[in-house]
Amino acid sequence: MSAEEPVIVLNEVTKEFQRQNGRGEFLAVDRLSFTIKRGEIVAVLGKTGCGKSTVFNLIAGLIEPTRGSVRVLGHDSFHEFAFFRGKIGIVFQGDRLMPWRTAMQNVLLGLEILDAKRKRAREIAGSWLSRLGLAGHENDYPHALSGGMRQRVSIARAFAVDPEILLCDEPFSALDEMTARTLRTEFTRLVRQNGKTAVFVTHSISEALQVGDRVLVFHRPARIAFEAAVSREMAPIAQEDLRQRILQVMEGSGETTERIDGSATG
Amino acid sequence: MKTDRRLVRALQAIISIGVLAGAWQIASLFFPPFLFPSIPAIVTRTMEIFLSRPLLLDVLVTAGRIFAGLAGAFVLGGAIAMLMARSQSFENYTNPILVFFQGIPALSWVVIAIIWFHGIEFRIFFIMVMTTLPAFTFQILDALRSMSKDLFEMTMSFRPRRSTLFRVLILPTIIPGILTAWKVNLGNAARVVVVAELVGATGGVGYELLRQQQLFDMAGAIAWTLQLVLFVLIVQQTIVGIESVMLRYRAVSERAM
Repeated sequence: MSAEEPVIVLNEVTKEFQRQNGRGEFLAVDRLSFTIKRGEIVAVLGKTGCGKSTVFNLIAGLIEPTRGSVRVLGHDSFHEFAFFRGKIGIVFQGDRLMPWRTAMQNVLLGLEILDAKRKRAREIAGSWLSRLGLAGHENDYPHALSGGMRQRVSIARAFAVDPEILLCDEPFSALDEMTARTLRTEFTRLVRQNGKTAVFVTHSISEALQVGDRVLVFHRPARIAFEAAVSREMAPIAQEDLRQRILQVMEGSGETTERIDGSATG
Repeated sequence: MKTDRRLVRALQAIISIGVLAGAWQIASLFFPPFLFPSIPAIVTRTMEIFLSRPLLLDVLVTAGRIFAGLAGAFVLGGAIAMLMARSQSFENYTNPILVFFQGIPALSWVVIAIIWFHGIEFRIFFIMVMTTLPAFTFQILDALRSMSKDLFEMTMSFRPRRSTLFRVLILPTIIPGILTAWKVNLGNAARVVVVAELVGATGGVGYELLRQQQLFDMAGAIAWTLQLVLFVLIVQQTIVGIESVMLRYRAVSERAM
């Protein structure tokens, strides 16, 4: 795979679910197409129930598209199960820590699955815990950690396997604003420092603008209603305009698909 | 605080057993020994069993039969539960059979085993397995079903091999269920093994109980019963000890005491 080729490609992807009562199907994703370049952080934004998490699960290979194709690093993310060992790291909405493992053992999980050498794995896990401010808590069980600390452990677990792609599904939504802000900053720094490609699903406009190089706004069933590039040097006024525009799109349900280059600094 | 609470509990247990023993001792003053033997007589008989190698061997034989039966039912039940968890149609076929087995009394299995098999040990093993198999299967299946979907998806995101998935997720998830299953089935197994030995064995606690009944020796009957009760208590406490080590990650509220 060349460096210029997109690492994530969704082509006319549709996902239908069988309704719980067995009567008919529910359309969660409707002929969705987009690509993500190497090293890019894309924030996927939309109201609750718009299909963001379904798209996330499709990219993660946890569910299969009904129609269309999902290619990640040039491979089918659902069917080529073994290819993606160690290539995708996921930070979920909840911390999803194993309660019977200590913080250290939770971070070691992915490394164990990848058959990393025990000593080396412990060094890597320990260094990630330290980087995320959890030195001294290695032997604590999840119930003894605060919500923010647990989420840091789950971030460390995702980074520890050194994945090419990071997928994050509203990872900070259950945390208080102060903790969430700190973790967002840390997360973004780590992603950029380590040259990762990331998909960041969120329902917060501020979070999307803080984290993403590009923002995709979804309407239900999941399709792109708005797309904008975001620059770190964006002037506050321009950023506020963009925020307002995104808010309008999120509140509306129009069919228009709009693309904005928000990298202008004016 | 924790030590104080344990001490209080131990004292309460000693008091309740003491009251029971006292009531028995008072009854022994008014009834003949073949109905209510004195507590010292029971203690003497109990110690005799402990100190006599051939008699203690009978207790150990029964203990071995309980362990063998439970281990057999655990392995078979675990395998069936795994298959049931993996295949809905396998469950649809297997579930009615296990429910049917659950309704069969232990004594019926004893009769069936005596008619079907010649070897005493295999008969008892068969009875033990058949009576505890449904409970083991259902309890392990329940533990498998209670596995968190979130943790499963998280683990699968690392793309583990089947054996690794079993080691890192499935086994730790079902361990509390397995320990509970052992605790519950141990009591059942102790009751069933006595019935099986009573009818079809030439050794073990059940056989010795039959002998005491034929001799009208109540002190002996109680002393042999106490051997089994003691054995169950020791194993139960061992499982509780294992539980406290393996499940030490569980948060306990100070109020939940």
